[in-house]
Amino acid sequence: MRVQGKGLIDRSQPVRFSFDGRGIVGFKGDTVASALLANGVRLMGRSFKYHRPRGVMTMGSEEPNALITTGRGAARTPNVRATVQEVSDGLEVRSQNAWPSLDMDLLGLNDLMAPFFSAGFYYKTFMWPQKFWERLYEPMIRRAAGLGALSMENDTAPMEKAFAHCDLLVIGSGPAGLMAALTAGRAGADVILCEDEAHFGGRLRSEAEEVGAMPGSVWVDEVLFELGQMDNVRLMPRTTVTGAYDGGTYGALERVGLHLENPDLLPLECFWRIAARRAILASGALERPVAFANNDRPGVMMASAVRGYLHRYGVLAGQRVAVFGNNDDAHRTARDLAAAGVDVAALVDSRPDARVAGWNAGDFPIYTGARVVDTKGRKGLTGVTVQTQSGLQVMDVDCLAISGGWNPTLHLACHMNGRPVWDEARQAFLPRPNMVPGLEAAGAASGVFSTHGALTSGMESAKNALQAIGRKVISSDAPRAEDTPFAIAPLWHCEGGKGRAWLDFQNDVTVKDVKLAALENYASVEHMKRFTTQGMAPDQGKNSNVNALAILADATGRGIPETGTTTYRPPFIPVSIAAMGAGARGKGFAPERFTTSYKAATEARAPMIEAGLWYRPSYFPAAGERSWRESCDREVSMVRHAVGVCDVSTLGKIDIQGKDAAEFLDFVYTNTFSTLRPGRVRYGLMLREDGHVMDDGTTARFGENHFVMTTTTAAAGQVMAHLEFVAQVLRPDWDVHLVSATEQWAQFAVAGPKSRALLNAVLDQPLDPEAWPFMACGAVSVAGVAGRLFRISFSGEHAYELAVPARYGEGLWRLLLSQAAAFGGGPYGMEALNVLRIEKGFITHAEIHGRVTADDIGMGRMVSASKDCIGKAAASRPGLSGAEREQLVGLKPVGAVRQLTAGAHLFNEGEAPVRENDQGYVTSVGFSPTLGTMLGLGFLKNGRARHGETVRLVDHVRNVEAVCEVCGPVFFDPEGGRVRG
Amino acid sequence: MRLPCPLCGDRDHREFTYRSVALDRPADEGWSDAWNDYIHLRDNPAGPQDELWWHGAGCGAWLVVTRDTKTHEVLGAKLAGES
Repeated sequence: MRVQGKGLIDRSQPVRFSFDGRGIVGFKGDTVASALLANGVRLMGRSFKYHRPRGVMTMGSEEPNALITTGRGAARTPNVRATVQEVSDGLEVRSQNAWPSLDMDLLGLNDLMAPFFSAGFYYKTFMWPQKFWERLYEPMIRRAAGLGALSMENDTAPMEKAFAHCDLLVIGSGPAGLMAALTAGRAGADVILCEDEAHFGGRLRSEAEEVGAMPGSVWVDEVLFELGQMDNVRLMPRTTVTGAYDGGTYGALERVGLHLENPDLLPLECFWRIAARRAILASGALERPVAFANNDRPGVMMASAVRGYLHRYGVLAGQRVAVFGNNDDAHRTARDLAAAGVDVAALVDSRPDARVAGWNAGDFPIYTGARVVDTKGRKGLTGVTVQTQSGLQVMDVDCLAISGGWNPTLHLACHMNGRPVWDEARQAFLPRPNMVPGLEAAGAASGVFSTHGALTSGMESAKNALQAIGRKVISSDAPRAEDTPFAIAPLWHCEGGKGRAWLDFQNDVTVKDVKLAALENYASVEHMKRFTTQGMAPDQGKNSNVNALAILADATGRGIPETGTTTYRPPFIPVSIAAMGAGARGKGFAPERFTTSYKAATEARAPMIEAGLWYRPSYFPAAGERSWRESCDREVSMVRHAVGVCDVSTLGKIDIQGKDAAEFLDFVYTNTFSTLRPGRVRYGLMLREDGHVMDDGTTARFGENHFVMTTTTAAAGQVMAHLEFVAQVLRPDWDVHLVSATEQWAQFAVAGPKSRALLNAVLDQPLDPEAWPFMACGAVSVAGVAGRLFRISFSGEHAYELAVPARYGEGLWRLLLSQAAAFGGGPYGMEALNVLRIEKGFITHAEIHGRVTADDIGMGRMVSASKDCIGKAAASRPGLSGAEREQLVGLKPVGAVRQLTAGAHLFNEGEAPVRENDQGYVTSVGFSPTLGTMLGLGFLKNGRARHGETVRLVDHVRNVEAVCEVCGPVFFDPEGGRVRG
Repeated sequence: MRLPCPLCGDRDHREFTYRSVALDRPADEGWSDAWNDYIHLRDNPAGPQDELWWHGAGCGAWLVVTRDTKTHEVLGAKLAGES
């Protein structure tokens, strides 16, 4: 029900939305919760475990009960707090966790079974048999207990993430936050003001208090106007700061389009990372309830929320209201409701000596030294039982406003493991200074509860921040406002009623559960939490943790400070994964790298395979070919008999220059490069400092002080970082400069007996065979473009790699292919490349996988004895070379089964294929059309001494068993005649 | 966390890659206790520690960052080559 003349909603703009299919009319400025309350809807959800009817309790993001599902289809979003979701035309809202309907929920049966469902019930009951855990117990429990459900569809709604930087981040825009932002803004600091609600002002919009002799909301508007004029102040409404992290970094979630009827291209949410030199935590405080029997009925609400709905939305939470509290703040609710003409049935104050300021006889009845002990009304409150000094009294009310005191919203201050301190006078935990470096709490978040105190505290905190960042402070005074001291007496649990007394409304944890935890010796607050699930729901116990630990403290005979709090962890509110992972959906997950021949390869219908971030052609299907094997076999034969062209641009290319470049290469490679003549290429092997192989590749010397290194595709980034490390950290005095040129050069392998003929068809000058022996390199000209040519081979054939600046890559690729056909040649892909190199026993990272040494791959002699190099000392350790090691071998099937599989293990014939008998493993396999058999490379114990033996290959995963002959890893042309031809 | 790159200024930690605690590479030619320490043994102090970070997504500089392992407070950074 609405009250005329109250509230900050726009009554000229009605908004129509639906709740469980029923049409609801609210106004612009309403939340779903305020609009439902205004329309007399009190039952808004069913509880997690017992399916108890529940209504809204609060008016903020801490709401435990009024969880709703919005939207439909893929856009369906569960567990939205009705107190946060703003209404918009056409918004579809549904209740959760009820079947068949909210009004008649059959699982409400769970409530009658409650005696069996006490804390630890699931742990104790569903233990055996173990195989039932996943298949029976968990699905059953999940179906009965739960929150809203995901749509399980792919939600493609746009999300965003962004960075921001500022001098001062102000978190919260109540009196403290606004005053802090104003003070810092006027001093010229870069300020970001984050407010988690749609409107700035915090409690000033929800109270009757005046600031500077004007209504609080008017003062807020004036301050906002001034802040809005400042270029150095950024106002961020609907933005909840969710976490405090190292180095002044804060996470924040902005609701960008969630409140709009048609967000169009706007993201629904944006996850911000805000780097702030200083921050002020002006997040206010959360009112806490009191536990008594059946304190969870729809209509039982926080006292501050009841008067907040009145002032902000002009909504009455009930027709006849009782107010119950243990502190003076609760009195405001009774006074404000009475002033608005609401029937206040009673103000119940637990303190015998409570005095109600400004109370006149006839306003409403006051019961001091009294407590509410029970309530009635199944789907909505109909009455309360009050234990007065003269006995039990039953009152007919439809709303009970309770206040058990205020907990400063200090969560962010505790995110870096700081522990708050218990304050006896305010009966609350307060933040300590510097729990998060650079963050200062102000206003109610620091325990300053009066309006004037909050204004002053916000201003002082801003001055401290300005001083810390070296800005001049302009002195001013805080405006006038109420400054009444806060008075409270502890009250956690009122006994005497019949039924359970709720602590954690969202996870259905009761006083009895916490006492049971203590009884079963889960006396530590962290153990109690996990035993009872107290504070483990999406609200993370915002309005229940302190109450629960107070009950635990009482049950274990300790004080609250000794009991302590559980750990506060980010995020402060639930953050959708979609927002945190914005942009990372599908292809956004990782960058895609394309070579210059990508377009031509896709035109040729070559299927792509991913090599790291690169996309490389797997094979180039010819007309009539039905399988990759047919294409691969043809491409291998083409290279062996004519000529093939392959894009090898993905290999890392590092340009190395400087007076000490040669000495540098001697240090990073096991073998020597200082002796390499300009115009020549050498194969090099690189170790990690622990003596294992890091990478291999060729390095070409173009001049006395100029080398170009190639790395494998996979290790290009790692090698670059490694070389930079060596140059900058280990040898900073050397003159050597490194730059990655991988993407600047397009490079194509031209391989096969007719490779020189093909090159002569495209080069401006034909190659002089005398000047271009194997492992030569130099400058060439292709259609007037300056290129580089390397006579190197990864196929064992007479081959070259031709490089041109990347912008000419596509042109050169098409030119090479247009000429190749005349020589019976064409393109080849990764499959053929792999078979060609297996036939030759050339290694890739399948072999140098991080656990092999130079000796394991038969290159022990490449570790030069005459110079130092990275990894040399560690490679000399015992156990890293010799017969006890698994050494690189070739494998050929010789039994009935001709199939080999990579990943299979090797065993001696006649021995059981079990781990104890393991002799080695297979790293690469491929069918060789050249030799007409499958070939494998692998590692075998003392393998080099076992050529000619047969071993048993067993693939336990794919159920393959084959007998193999062990041989040298070079299957084809072991003398290397072809490559020199 | 933010790291103060001497060349780029304060930057988000995601631009950097952590390598290890900063240690002096032994000069010994063959395997030795010093090598064993360098490769395998770490002190794991509770307090300030010099660490090697690479600004790989920035200027490419290797840095020695002094960081308090208890609080994650970054106490300073310099180019690794400038000792």
